[in-house]
Parts: sequence; C-alpha cells; structure tokens
Amino acid sequence: MRNIIIQIVYYASVILFILGLKRMSSPKTATSGVEWAGIGMLLAVIVTFLFPNMHNFALILSAIAIGTVVAWIAAKKVSMTAMPEMIAMYNGMGGGAAAAIAAVELFKLSSDTSATMPITTFVLAITGALIGGISFSGSILAFFKLRDWLKNVYFPMQQIINLSVLAAAILLGFTLYFWHSNFILVLFFIASLSYGVLMTMSIGGADMPVVISIYNAFTGLAVACEGFVLNNIAMIIAGTIVGSAGTLLTLLMAKAMNRSLLSVLFARFGGGTGAAVEGTTKSMEVEDAAVMLNYVNKVVFVPGYGMAVAQAQQKVWELASLLLEKGIDVKFAIHPVAGRMPGHMNVLLAEAGVPYDYILDMEDINNDFPNTDIVIVIGANDVVNPAARTDKTSPIYGMPILNVDQAKQIFVIKRGKGKGYAGIENLLFFDPKCLMVYGDAKQVMSKMIQTLKEQE
Amino acid sequence: MIIDGFIAIYLFTLAAFTGYEVISRVPVILHTPLMSGSNFIHGLVLIGAMIALGYATTTTEIIIGFVAVLLATGNAVGGYVVTVRMLEMFKSKDSTNKGDNNA
Repeated sequence: MRNIIIQIVYYASVILFILGLKRMSSPKTATSGVEWAGIGMLLAVIVTFLFPNMHNFALILSAIAIGTVVAWIAAKKVSMTAMPEMIAMYNGMGGGAAAAIAAVELFKLSSDTSATMPITTFVLAITGALIGGISFSGSILAFFKLRDWLKNVYFPMQQIINLSVLAAAILLGFTLYFWHSNFILVLFFIASLSYGVLMTMSIGGADMPVVISIYNAFTGLAVACEGFVLNNIAMIIAGTIVGSAGTLLTLLMAKAMNRSLLSVLFARFGGGTGAAVEGTTKSMEVEDAAVMLNYVNKVVFVPGYGMAVAQAQQKVWELASLLLEKGIDVKFAIHPVAGRMPGHMNVLLAEAGVPYDYILDMEDINNDFPNTDIVIVIGANDVVNPAARTDKTSPIYGMPILNVDQAKQIFVIKRGKGKGYAGIENLLFFDPKCLMVYGDAKQVMSKMIQTLKEQE
Repeated sequence: MIIDGFIAIYLFTLAAFTGYEVISRVPVILHTPLMSGSNFIHGLVLIGAMIALGYATTTTEIIIGFVAVLLATGNAVGGYVVTVRMLEMFKSKDSTNKGDNNA
C-alpha cells in the first residue's frame, strides 16, 4: 500500500515537473511554472519519508533543515549580477549529491569482498559518480572563476594530462567491479573530482556560460544514473529531462558563439590574439556625449557584462526613458552570449523594469544598425568586435556579432582601456565613428541623465 | 518496481525527447531563468539522497549520506529561490518599478 502511494505521488511530481518546465517557457506563465515544479518537489520529498524500514530520520531532517536555511539565505542575499555563479554553485551541489549517493551504494560493494551488484547497475552507478563528481568540482571551480578569484591556468601537455586523469578514473571504476576495495573507490573519486577541476581550469574567457550549461546537463544525467541504481523512476525522468534540455541549451549557446563543443572543452580560448591594430581611439567627455543625444532620432543600447558589474541597469533604463520622453526611438540589442550567460542581460534589464518590446535579439536588430544614429555600448566588448567578421587570425573569427559598426555614431562606455573577456583588441574602438567614454557605467549614466535634465 | 533492459531504454529515450521538446520552444529571454529552473528540477536528487541516508548502516555510509542530503537540499532550495527571484522580475510587464536589489 505504502509503495503504491509513493509511486502515485512520484508520478504526480513528474507530471508537475514537465508541466512546470513547459510553463516556464513563456514569460506570462513562468512564475507559476516554477511554483508547480516546487509543489512537485515538496510532494516527492514528503512521500519519500514513507519508504518502509528507513532509519536515521533525525539525521535526514537535520540535514534538510541546515541545507534549507543556508541555501535560502544565500539565494535571497545574492545580487542579480552574481546569478551565473550562484547557479553554478547550486548545480555543483546537485552533482555532488548524486556522486555521494553513488558513493554510499558503491561503498556497500567495495567494503565487502563477497558483495555483488548487477553489471548494468554497477556501470550506471560508476557513470553517475564520475559525471556527478566532475560536475561538483567543476562547478565549484567555475564559481571561483566567475568571482574572479581564480585565473585560467595553463601548463604544458595540459590536454594529455587531463585525459590521462579521466582515463585513470574510468579504469579505476572498472577495476572496482572485479576488486572490491575501499582504497580503489577512494582513488576513483579523487581522480573524478580532479578531472572536474582540471577540465574547468583550462576553459576560460568567453566560454564560461557554455561550461555552466554543460555541468547543468551533467548533473541531470548523473541524477538519472543514480535513479536507475535506486530504481527510482521519478529521479530517472527528472534527471534525463534536465540532461537533454541542458545539452540542447549548451549546443544553442555554443552555436551562438560559433564554437564547437569540442573546441570549447579541449582547445583553450584565445590561443591567438588576432592581428595587431594600428590607429588611435578617440575619447570624449560624458557631458558632450549627453548633449549629442538631443539631436538624434534612433538610439540603440548594447549592454554587456560591464553593465552588470557596475549595477548600471536601472540608470540605463532611466536614461532610455528620458530619451523616449523626447520622442527618440530607443531599443536594446542583446547578443546571445552578452554577459556571462544567455539571457543574463534580459534578466538585468527586466529587473530594471524595461518592457520586453524594447529588447531585441541579435537577428531582429542587426539590419537596423545602418538606420541608427547612435549606438551606446555599455560594458560590452567581444560581442561587438568587427574582427569577428574580418580578421581570420582572431580567435573570435566567425562568431556572429552585433553589427554596431554600421551605425552612424558609436559611443563606447568602458571602465578602462583593458581588453574584453576574450583578451583581444577590439577593432570597433579604432573606428573613426567610435567615441570612447571612459568611466564606471553607472556614473556615466547618472552624469548623462543629469546633463540632459539640466538642459530642459 | 524493477526497471530493467528495454523498459529502461524506452524510459530514458522518451524523457530525453520530452526535455528537448520543452526547451526548444523557450525564447532566449528566458534562457537564464530556464537554466536555473532545470537546475532546480534536478534537485530531485534529494529524494535519492534521503533514501541513501535512510538505508545507510555503517558510520561511513551515514556520513556520506548526510553530506548527500545536505548538498541535495542546497540544490533544491537554492535553485528554487533563485529561479523565483529571477522570474518575479518578468511578472509586471509595463511597470517601471525599480528592482529591490541594489547590492
């Protein structure tokens, strides 16, 4: 009887997950979507207490209580700008949990020489442990990198060493089937976790969103694998759905950057630096830039990671609103990989209250640039670099970009003279039509607003 | 209920197609919330972690099981809160309200 109740509730949870995900695919129903999925999760967790002959209830409840309080506070406190690394962190925790489940099951095997496990179950447990472990350590490293606490690390023979560690992990995993030993099990986990670290260490720059997405898919698959091990259909379905959805999302992102998944994973980004640029950049004062905005018909804002860092989204919208009041046509152009996650800029602009109709994707706005009087680039760099179209030696050659160089005038608001995340020179800055406005994005926006208001 | 052989393969394949279909209709604007939402959904690993800890007997198993429940709870709860916070910003379409976050 208990079993039937458990299965019915699990079935309902899975349906709620699928419907919830579907509702999340439209802005209008998105919030209710995650609430449906949340109800599914809550039901599944409660009914799991009904499993017959379970022990350690006090431990389970206290772990859930501690985890809930810590994760709740952290998730409430994190700023919207730090969202990518927060998703990476929570995702890593899921991968770690899947690996830990495998560890419990495999430990039962490894600590008893006479214990047996069906070969399919064993293979799935090991696979889940490997993928989950990689996702765990890899996501934590991605978190550190996105926080800028760690830089990319390169060393000689990197790919060969990385692949050897992966091969060692797989080999140790299979050895465990024939040779039940805790020592081998521990070595297997060390190798898996090390590979996650090594794999993420060499991936850098503009590829970080793709990596987070890969680990999201990885965790899903690891959860599905452990679902097979525990004979838990709900886990299998939820994990597989995330695995396939995450893989698709990863491919879409890689495509948007014109990078193959293999080159993201195994070739370091920015191997070349592109041709050296000759010429000079022109800069101007904020006030002068603001004044010029009075005499135009169409302005397009191109936000990038710099806007997120400066928390300038609200000031940007304030300036845009001011221009709208003057009867100027204002749009926001979003590159698929602007920021450090697809949709990152959309989230920030939505936070500031920018209506959807003003926000356009790359394909929808690229033809509009020749008719645009002024493009204001706020902290975006590589996604507007014309070298992607012209310079075959550039590491970003072939990446679709926003063709802002076709506009009549370009303002680039930038903190300093540094290069973009990919570490290459931006040809746009040397364009005679391009004027650099140096300063913190938020302060520049405030000054522009002030100047425009004073003129009224 | 035992899932074995071809049933398992069917289950895996159909679930994979479901995930693919659901995501392929999502507009770019929702990609980050969606990644976060799917991140929440694999937080279901929590029920597996509860089962692992619930049937753990030796001290080592209990410790690893405890860690599993702790991590899985973090995934589920953190993933949920972050997703809701992100989606809340998409709620009021025409309002020009300021977000509550200036951290």
